[in-house]
Parts: sequence; structure tokens; C-alpha cells
Amino acid sequence: MGKVVAVTGNEAVAEALRQVNPDVCAAYPITPQTDMMQRFAVFANNGKVKTEMILVESEHSAMSACVGASAAGGRVVTATSSQGLALMWEILFIASGSRLPIVMPVVNRALSAPLNIHGDHSDAMGARDCGWIQLWSENAQEAYDNAIQAFRIAEHMDIRLPVMVCLDGFIISHSIERIEYLDDELVKNFVGEYKQLNPLLDVEHPVSYGPLILPDYYMEFRRAQAEVMTKVADVVLDVAKDFEKISGRKYGLFETYRLDDAEIGLVILNSAAGTSKDVIDEFRSKGIKAGILKPRLYRPFPYKEIGEVLKHLKAVCVLDRADAFGASYGPLFMDIASSIYPYKDKPILINKIYGLGGRDYLPEHAELVLNELVEIAKTGKVKTFKEYIGVRE
Amino acid sequence: MKLKGWKEVNPGAVITEAGSALKFKTGSWRAFRPKWIEENCIQCLFCWIYCPDMAIKVKDGKRAEFDYDYCKGCGICALECPGKKGNKAIVMEEEGK
Repeated sequence: MGKVVAVTGNEAVAEALRQVNPDVCAAYPITPQTDMMQRFAVFANNGKVKTEMILVESEHSAMSACVGASAAGGRVVTATSSQGLALMWEILFIASGSRLPIVMPVVNRALSAPLNIHGDHSDAMGARDCGWIQLWSENAQEAYDNAIQAFRIAEHMDIRLPVMVCLDGFIISHSIERIEYLDDELVKNFVGEYKQLNPLLDVEHPVSYGPLILPDYYMEFRRAQAEVMTKVADVVLDVAKDFEKISGRKYGLFETYRLDDAEIGLVILNSAAGTSKDVIDEFRSKGIKAGILKPRLYRPFPYKEIGEVLKHLKAVCVLDRADAFGASYGPLFMDIASSIYPYKDKPILINKIYGLGGRDYLPEHAELVLNELVEIAKTGKVKTFKEYIGVRE
Repeated sequence: MKLKGWKEVNPGAVITEAGSALKFKTGSWRAFRPKWIEENCIQCLFCWIYCPDMAIKVKDGKRAEFDYDYCKGCGICALECPGKKGNKAIVMEEEGK
């Protein structure tokens, strides 16, 4: 076992980045990510890493610098939150379309307006279809572990895709938790030497990135990019297996908690899953068969695998920490609905929007939802398919 | 040339061959084409300097014909051409006439 420490999520991820020691880091501060990049900049300034820091003037530039540095042949990181991720939007597509294995922790925060700096999944949900892999983390330990695994996944020669590591703003980024650090040497060996692929700085083999592709070829490139995504799940599982060997911690595409024999279930991402697990235990002790599914690999979404573990349930509530303003269901709900769609016998699905802009998600909220699910499972009747939790009338 | 299918395209649209832009002929966009009137040409090479592409060829230090594969018909050469005694050495003509 490595060193046990009490640190914040930001500190843990900064530590993971120090251990990986990337070639280039472009940084622009944004709450609640600031503290992570600040800590990493300190490592760079004190010679703890050989990373070239590029202090840019916006997130658009940060991602642009990452694209340039990655195409040049470097192992590259940056980190962001909220509006910062939104400002990166157009370059996110360039990174994934050019197949550049950039790693980016995203400290999840609400989007404006109204301005809000607190935990919420609107930012990463907005970027879910830009061709990046997304790993989500329940706590600081998972954020640290995911950050290390992200490099291996991104840089895998079958994939070469950028990866976002999502962790909840403040709830994880700024709370102190007990976590286990791996030894520097272990992490170094785990991520290995960075292997370049078509680097711009290889003057012996000149290449061009970002060409103009007209209608005669654009669709073929996009189809090929979609195909790469189908290989991601296997790589994520392989990397998780290797990671378990050095850490003893097991990761999959998602986590299930008391779900195998469950009749009702919750689907929930990140930190709120932890709160819900406690409530599930309470319901189990009352003899109610409840369970949880917590997605880890959110993009590409493992529709088939998730459908398989959910199909036997009677009623499921998908909890979204991001709303969808098309007057539709939350983003996680729509993915879960798609994953159970192919089955003839499937659970009744309801959607709850919770915790927007950092509002607390409390055990009693999980209790309310589970009681409602018990009712739905019994009667087969649903009052409202989409509702908000903890909002004042 | 047979177009490639999606399984054959380069990952990330990376172009691994140098100088391949030469194969990408851009002259098909043209609405007007420049015409060279050799007897009015004073070999000042202004057209060669001003051409934003590489559509004007120079051979042995002298102006040669247009390379219509890359000429987009912008007309800068015709505008800048001083001609001989007011008679332009380059005039723009409608494409296909």
C-alpha cells in the first residue's frame, strides 16, 4: 500500500499529474479548478516535474496550446471548469478529431447565467459529444486513480483520444479526504514512456495536422472517428486490470452497488453516489431490494453493458446534476433510457434533477426517491416522469 | 482516382506525405480566368509577385504561362499589371467563354 494522506481532490489530482510528469501543461485558472493548476505550477517551479508550463490568457488558448504541443509530440495536460470548458468548445473537437491524447481534469461546475461557481455537471454534460473520453469520479481517490489511468487510456495506440477526468467542484475538489497515494516509481512505470505518433517535430517525416477536408472525405473521417470509440471500453477495462495490480483498487465501466438482486435502483454520477449508497443500505435493512448504478465511463457510453445490468429491475430513477433546456429529460436519463430501450421487459424509468449549482444532495432526497420507486414498482403508475428535487415552490 | 472508404483514411486526418497540396487542384472554383497577352508584357513580374497562389510560372527568369490548376481567378494579377503603354498584358475573361 502506498502513502495514506488527507488531501483535497484538487491536491490529489495535482499529485497524480506530478507523478506522471507530462511534457507540457497549459494552464488558465478558473474556480474551482484554480487550486489544482496552481499546485501543479508549484511543482513545475520547484523542479519536481520537468513540465513546460504555458500560462495562457484564456481556456480557448489553453486547449489550443495543448493541441499544438500534443501534435508536436508531447504528453500534454490542462484542467478546467465550467465556462472554461465552454470556452474550449471548438478546440475540443479539434483535439479529438486530430486524435491527440490530451488529458484534462474537469472540476465540474455550473454554467452561467446566473453566475454560479459550485458543483454541477452542466459543463461536462455540454461537452459529452465532442469526441472526448469521459471518466467520472465519486471521490478524491477515484479522481486520483482516474487521472493516472487516463494517460494510459488516451495514449493507447488503438485509441489516441483525449480524456476528461470529471470530479465534482468543491464537494470533491476542496474537501479533504483520506486517500492512498501510489509510489512515484509505480505510477511512472504504470504510465510508461510517452510514445509519439506522427509528431510535427519529427523533421525526417513531415506531417500536416488539421487539413481542410471537403464533402468528398469529411464523412469518412467522422465515421472512422466513431469507430475508434467502439474500442475504448476494452482499453478502459484492460487499463483498470493493470491498475488493480498496482493499487488493489478495482475499476470497471461503471460501479454497481447491491444491484444484482435489486428491484428498484438509482443511477447517479460522482459524489452523490456515495450519499445514496448509505441510504440504499438503510432500505436494504428494511428488506427493500434497492441498488445503485454509478457510471464511470460516460463517453463512450457503455449502452449494452448498462442495459444488461438494469433490465431486470422494476423501477429506476436516473438522477441528473444537469438540466436539459430543450424542455427534455436530463442527459444521463436519456442515455439510460437508450440503454434499456432494446429490451422487451424493462424497468419503468423516472428522472430527477438535483443539486444544481452546488445545492446539497441529502440522504432524505435519496429516501424520497426510493420510496417513490417502491410505489412505482408496486403499482406500475408514474405521477411525473421528470421532477426537481429540493426546489422551492 | 477511386475515393477511399472510411476504413482506409488516415487516423486524425493527419497528412503524412510532404508537398501533397500540389495534388489538391484548386483552379476549379474560378468564375473568371486571366488571359496573358504576351505582346503587351514588359516582363516586370508584378503578376508573379502579387499572385496569392502559385498560378504564375516563371521560366528562365521570364514570365511563362498561367498554371490554371491553381488559379482561382481573383484578378489581382490583371489589376496590378502595368502593361505596355497602357495596354494590359493580363485581362480577365469569363470562364467557359
